[in-house]
Amino acid sequence: MNDLRKLLFGNLSTGLYAVLLAAAIVVPFFNLVVPASWPIHISTFMVGLLGKYICYALLALALDLVWGYCGILSLGHGAFFALGGYAMGMYLMRMIGPRGVYGDPILPDFMVFLNWKELPWYWHGFDHFSFAMLMVVLVPGLLAFVFGSLAFRSRVTGVYFSIITQAMTFALLLAFFRNDMGFGGNNGLTDFKEILGLDVQKETTRNILFVASLAALAGGYAICRAIVTSKLGKVLIAVRDAENRTRFLGYRVERYKLFVWVVSACLAGIAGALYVPQVGIINPSEFAPASSIEAVIWVAIGGRGTLVGAILGALLVNGFKSWFTGFLPELWLFALGALFIFSTLFLPQGILGALLYRRQKKGATLPPPGEADAIAPEPPVEDEQQAKLQRAGA
Amino acid sequence: MKVSLSKIRIAKANAASGLLVALLAFSVFVSTPSARADTVYTPEPDNAATAPQAQPTSLPALLSELVEADYDRKAEIANLLAESGNPRALAIIEALADGLLFSRADGTVVLQPQENVQVYVDPLTAAPVSGVTDADLSKIEVNNRLRRSLRSLSSRLSLTSPDASVRRAAAADAFASHDEESLPAIETALAKEPEAGIRKVLGEARASILLQSETSSEADKLAAIETLRERGDQDALSLLIGAATTDDKAVVDAANKAVASVQSSLAYWNQLQNIYYGLSLGSVLLLAAIGLAITFGVMGVINMAHGEMIMLGAYTTFVVQQLVATYAPGAMSWALPISVPAAFIVAGGAGVLIERSIIRFLYGRPLETLLATWGVSLVLQQAVRSVFGPTNKPVSAPAWMSGSFDVGHLSITFSRLTIIIFAMGVLFALMAFLKYTHFGLQMRAVTQNRKMASAMGVRTNWVDALTFGLGSGVAGIAGVALSQIDNVSPNLGQSYIIDSFMVVVFGGVGNLWGTLVGAMTLGVANKFLEPFAGAVVGKILVLVFIILFIQRRPRGLFALKGRSVEA
Repeated sequence: MNDLRKLLFGNLSTGLYAVLLAAAIVVPFFNLVVPASWPIHISTFMVGLLGKYICYALLALALDLVWGYCGILSLGHGAFFALGGYAMGMYLMRMIGPRGVYGDPILPDFMVFLNWKELPWYWHGFDHFSFAMLMVVLVPGLLAFVFGSLAFRSRVTGVYFSIITQAMTFALLLAFFRNDMGFGGNNGLTDFKEILGLDVQKETTRNILFVASLAALAGGYAICRAIVTSKLGKVLIAVRDAENRTRFLGYRVERYKLFVWVVSACLAGIAGALYVPQVGIINPSEFAPASSIEAVIWVAIGGRGTLVGAILGALLVNGFKSWFTGFLPELWLFALGALFIFSTLFLPQGILGALLYRRQKKGATLPPPGEADAIAPEPPVEDEQQAKLQRAGA
Repeated sequence: MKVSLSKIRIAKANAASGLLVALLAFSVFVSTPSARADTVYTPEPDNAATAPQAQPTSLPALLSELVEADYDRKAEIANLLAESGNPRALAIIEALADGLLFSRADGTVVLQPQENVQVYVDPLTAAPVSGVTDADLSKIEVNNRLRRSLRSLSSRLSLTSPDASVRRAAAADAFASHDEESLPAIETALAKEPEAGIRKVLGEARASILLQSETSSEADKLAAIETLRERGDQDALSLLIGAATTDDKAVVDAANKAVASVQSSLAYWNQLQNIYYGLSLGSVLLLAAIGLAITFGVMGVINMAHGEMIMLGAYTTFVVQQLVATYAPGAMSWALPISVPAAFIVAGGAGVLIERSIIRFLYGRPLETLLATWGVSLVLQQAVRSVFGPTNKPVSAPAWMSGSFDVGHLSITFSRLTIIIFAMGVLFALMAFLKYTHFGLQMRAVTQNRKMASAMGVRTNWVDALTFGLGSGVAGIAGVALSQIDNVSPNLGQSYIIDSFMVVVFGGVGNLWGTLVGAMTLGVANKFLEPFAGAVVGKILVLVFIILFIQRRPRGLFALKGRSVEA
């Protein structure tokens, strides 16, 4: 009982749940109830934007689970995100029905345009919402399982693993650009009409999707939290800090890694699935290696190995990006590049890590950096620190 | 609108046909007296034909006669010119056929060596003639029949030209046209030809004519088939396939056999061509990856800004070319060689700067280095975009890099060959540098045992900085070569970064031979997959292959063995 309470109501966690709950009430209220003429009204556009950030936050959370707690730096998480998005996109395409430009009751517009006569086999079943949702989790999960079981069993670690994840998402990028693949090629999937019978453009639908994203984020956080605070989580941290030592102690390292890797991919898939109806399009550019690396920087900025920090980082960086590109779009790459350099040089533990570190400075000191396995990420978050993290939450 | 237009056309056509009928009637009316006139006077042609025998005219006289002569007489004059053996005869006949021979108001004749260029020369001496105006000139007219006979005359002349390169081109032309009328000329030329290479082409031209001719004997045709089989290229193949459809059984059999033999040899050459293309792609990959083999392979630094170093090199090439074009336009063919050291200095300097300001704080933390250098790459891309603009910059190729030559049936372009040789040169220079220089020795010492090297007095900090600078500088040199085959744009580096990492990881980290073998293998594999799978799927297959390969051999093709692996 005590453990359960600690699990769900650790200080940082409580704060997070409270904020998410508050957002789920406040944002729809100010959008739907408060009249548009009032200055405190939140526009529907803003609801969609916030929803998008929440999806990014879920992606960052998934990435933090593998990178922060298991030392697996994935430069290809965008692939799982995009695959989940495509699964959702396929459902939404099927829901257009005869309302497309060419009015074909079965075939999506781009297939009619390419002179296809019938639906490819892998498009069958996506007219059922439940099947599509299963695929949102299964497709990224399966890819992660195959990829991970191969890579972890042959002990591909560190930067090698990072590079082949990048190659994976790059190969998928090239593949999805092809028209013959049957996923709309360059243009991707768009022009969605309805989801579960609700008009995707409508305000209420937007708010429902926003709340659903918040719920998914809260659920994802609970899952990650449960994993990292369990005994399994301790093994993961051991793998991160000294993989060979853990193996010699008798743990089947590759199984632990494979487990979090697949969980993380599934979470990323869910994030992608929620992202697509709110943004209204999914195209191959989501597979671009650059977007995957950008997700890594959210985690690094927020503070890896903290879960809450990843969420914080995704929200902060993306909010900053929207604000910055609003008036200086041509300088955004300078800012993003500087952010990468600055955070690795001066904020090795991220914003959250730095805040916690300041608090602890008076008492205990953190172990010096760079003593763990060369491939492990920097902040050696060990058990005591984990406890302190919980105590330190606002 | 359409209907009314076509109506107007019909009306016009009616009017025109009416006019035509009227004209015909008129011509019938006038032709009778003119016919009568012909019988009265002694015919002109006879008179003209006897003229040359009567007076062995000098060439200038023949030329000035050309101005007034009718078409038959012009043909005769051309013949006389050809037989005169004058070295300018060929040029004059070709100019006449091309309509580039003019008469001036004072009766002299001038030749325009190049169409649309207002320079005129004396036809016989080739000395420039000044003070020629357009109004002064009238073209010496030719008709189609005359032009045809002039062409065959010129090809005959060029087949016996004293200049071997003219003869070679003429022989190749004769093969390509296989015009039966030129057979006598070819046979004459064949008898006189001193050079074996040209004689071979002439023989092939003769064979191609004989094979298609209705009148040649079976033995001639069989010999022709044999000659064409020996030639064995695509042109010979289509001639042989044509011959295989005739009636004569012996010829058909021989042709079919020859077709099969040519096809198999062409398939073999095709494979060779694929290998050559693969090596050419491989050397591009090698150039892109070689710098990374130093920064990543030797130092263990994941430099995601490596592609941007290549881009800096390409932009340096552009700037050097602009500078040379502005200040020393005569030295344009030197712009590219000058760019090589310039790009090395620019990219190498940038590398040292990055190492001193960022990377040195991150040693031992490879994943963070990866992120920081990614940030550097974004900043560099945006900086170049801000300075040079987002569009592609033109980088011209020097003259000596264009053109090609044939080895067997392999067409080898100088640009590809230059890049292959250049890539190999860079690789071996780098290997020699690491092996034989003092700095190379220090570099290897620091890689193998940093503390011990430091204890021996090696300034490891500076070795780190210079090693990173070396790797970046080599990437800059790669940029010079890649500027010749790719678009020079801010995104240039992005397209090479993943390929470069694939090559280094596939070949084995810390081993330049591995990088060479890796690059060439991937290049050739890509080119062999392309015909079956298409370029994109070929590339995807190669990526999947590398991902699977790394599972089997996580440390690449040529893995380092021993203790250094764990370091």
